[in-house]
Amino acid sequence: MTKPAASMLDLTMEELSRKLAAKEVSSVEVTEAALRRIEATDARLGAFLRVMPDEARAAARASDARRARGEPLSPLDGVPVGLKDIFLTRGVETTCGSRILEGFVPPYDATVVERLRSAGAVIAGKLNMDEFAMGSSTENSAFKPCHNPWDLARTPGGSSGGSAAAVSARQVFGALGTDTGGSIREPAAFCGVVGVKPTYGRVSRYGVIAFASSLDQVGPLGRTVWDAAVQLRHVAGRDPRDMTSSARPVPDYLEGLEGGAKGLRLGVPKEWFQGGVEAGVEKVVRGALATYEKLGARLVEVSLPHSRYGVAAYYLLAPAEASSNLARYDGVRFGLRARNAKGLKEMYGETRERGFGPEPKRRIMLGTYALSAGYYDAYYLRAQKARTLIRRDFDRAFESCDVVAGPVAPTVAFKLGEKVDDPLQMYLADVFTITCNLAALPGLSVPAGLHPAEKLPVGLQLLGRPFDEATLFRAARALEREIGALPAPAGI
Amino acid sequence: MALSLEEVRRIAALARLQLTPEDERTFAVQLSAILDYVRQLEELDVSQVEPMTHALAAGEAAPLREDEVRPSLSPEEALRNAPEREGTCFKVPRIIE
Repeated sequence: MTKPAASMLDLTMEELSRKLAAKEVSSVEVTEAALRRIEATDARLGAFLRVMPDEARAAARASDARRARGEPLSPLDGVPVGLKDIFLTRGVETTCGSRILEGFVPPYDATVVERLRSAGAVIAGKLNMDEFAMGSSTENSAFKPCHNPWDLARTPGGSSGGSAAAVSARQVFGALGTDTGGSIREPAAFCGVVGVKPTYGRVSRYGVIAFASSLDQVGPLGRTVWDAAVQLRHVAGRDPRDMTSSARPVPDYLEGLEGGAKGLRLGVPKEWFQGGVEAGVEKVVRGALATYEKLGARLVEVSLPHSRYGVAAYYLLAPAEASSNLARYDGVRFGLRARNAKGLKEMYGETRERGFGPEPKRRIMLGTYALSAGYYDAYYLRAQKARTLIRRDFDRAFESCDVVAGPVAPTVAFKLGEKVDDPLQMYLADVFTITCNLAALPGLSVPAGLHPAEKLPVGLQLLGRPFDEATLFRAARALEREIGALPAPAGI
Repeated sequence: MALSLEEVRRIAALARLQLTPEDERTFAVQLSAILDYVRQLEELDVSQVEPMTHALAAGEAAPLREDEVRPSLSPEEALRNAPEREGTCFKVPRIIE
């Protein structure tokens, strides 16, 4: 495979933004370069479900015109970005990776899409994902697999695999994903980019296709901490159309970004280093922790005794919520409808049998079971109580630390096909990311280096107090500045 | 715990999901394995624990507002993705014989 020639696509969003402002490059130029890169690489990578060349070119021309008129512009103005195909885009097909939504053209934009557009971002297309965001490898996409730009035989992680792969492969400068149990952080770690799962309520979910509504959250992926932070600043904040969006003001995450790690207390959960992490991954993660000490941070041992119950609680709560959310795909108002069914009930059953892939079906079944008469207390209610215990663990940990730090995933990116036949093994890929969603905390994955033997990216996970994304950004930036950026991925 | 084929069919009916016989067998095995795994929650003493029913602290979100008329989708836009329509209605197969 050829390495990408050093080009404007290798710039970070921060650098590109400066060059656009200085008129050293135009949005049309960089958008054309991004479209060429997508054209040249995506048949092998599979990051895009739909490229939007016409829309992107129009947005780029409009951005250049605004700049020529001397209007005050945001740092995102004219910057090519991508959207996971879970975000509704007015007039542009949105499938959520599912056949059941094939051909669905939303009549409105998600709030985050509206906000990106009004910040002037150039939307290059819709990105590949596990069907209904259910999965950890993007292999559950109903349309095509997505590959890891570091090694095309491996998965990019999931469910926001297309978002992570596109950012890593220099197809776009940033992307939005969603994270219900690790779906931003795990692919970010596997592809060597920064990914952020904000606090539940920080970003509007209006127009974001629902999977598990008490866990879903929208977040950015970028090649640097700055790139992720600037995207979050522009999409976060209260939205009257989402009752669960918080009215807290959104801080300027860029302001304290260079504050360093001196004096920061990093909580290291002892339970996360008890044999569940592959040796090379653990070495890189411990190396990052040592770097923090060198930078003047203090490591504090903390205990999260209930985190081992996270996957079990999650695989009751998330499927329960999913079984309810996915009831709307019934062939009546939008999406696929089975034709020639005898009656309404048959039409429902056949539509859903044909439209959903195996993973959504599995989770609908699991959730329906967990919520059904006679099982509710034993499963769903007990899992909600476990969720309380998991949250309390974190509340206690944050009495002695500012940030909890550990691995994102137990391994580096695994091979395509490795876990597809064993759903439980696939679920366990989320063992370190899931508790963050259950506890409704913000979490971030930042590249910590390359695996010593595999030469693949390893992520460090940082978790913060509710609504304290600013500290996560500052801590991640301190590490990034110290260890330097990863090289461009060699696989594409 | 092994989930019987009969239980799998009952759940599928509740979920309005038609399954092939092959799917039924696969799900019986896979769902049984997952339910065995989640059963470890039984180790926890949750007798004194309140369930976490909201992801946000009280007062963090969900403010009350005036109930006022605001713009929304036109019937035409709302119906544009309908698999079948008649006038301004979604058309479905016959419900009552």
